Amino acid sequence: MNVPVHHFLYLGAFLFSVGLVVVISKRNTILVLLGLELMLNASNLNLVAFNRLHPGNLQGQMFAIFVIVVAVCEAAVGLAIVLRIYREYQTSVPDDVNELNL
Amino acid sequence: MNAPSFLFYFFEIIAAGAAGALLFVRNVFYGALLVIAVLLALAGLYILAFAEFVAVTQILVYAGGILVVIIFGIMLTTRLGGKPLVIEHTRSISATLVGLAFFGMLMYLLSRETFVAHPAKAATPTTLDTTQTLGALLMSDYVLPFETAGILLLMALIGAAVIASERKSKNV
Repeated sequence: MNVPVHHFLYLGAFLFSVGLVVVISKRNTILVLLGLELMLNASNLNLVAFNRLHPGNLQGQMFAIFVIVVAVCEAAVGLAIVLRIYREYQTSVPDDVNELNL
Repeated sequence: MNAPSFLFYFFEIIAAGAAGALLFVRNVFYGALLVIAVLLALAGLYILAFAEFVAVTQILVYAGGILVVIIFGIMLTTRLGGKPLVIEHTRSISATLVGLAFFGMLMYLLSRETFVAHPAKAATPTTLDTTQTLGALLMSDYVLPFETAGILLLMALIGAAVIASERKSKNV
């Protein structure tokens, strides 16, 4: 397969931009979390693509695995906060929550 | 065009299309399904980039773990009795402008660069046993990040359980 590495990077740039727009524009906390996951995946794609340029060297893939681990932690804690906020405020619109005094 | 290149562009179109549809979707559940499609297509791309362990981790952890938890979250934060959760968009124009500007900047910078492999490294043949090498590296060179990741996961587990717990907390 002789696909240039740029085609990985273009997709990564597109996914990151889509994640950014989703984070800014959606009125739902869970969709904001999904946008964050999309941005983390874009960075992962870049790591794996650059690792493909250096065969015999696995630092990029290793970093991608640790990014996945951090994304798991972020999703778990983020969803716990979303559930707690929903229980206290009966809303999942991030703009409606302007104080954290539970 | 040979078969791997065809598969590469196939997966890339799926990922880009699903991500683009995520911009316009108003049903949160459909949004989660679109993200699952993006993640599975990315796993296919990882396999084509000789990163099969990352691909399997992606499917197991993301598509099997995180998205299931997120779908649980969607179902727990809707009290609409069977009606789908439809949301609105705010700040559409400014968000589109920010996204387009950022995307344009990235594309401009990327198209100017030529990324070439280091000649000495590129001469090394691709190892076929990536998973085995990764396992050995995790237990030798990367043992400190590995253990730190374990502690981070434990902290996230305890933190999520405490935050989402039911008790009324005036003194926690």
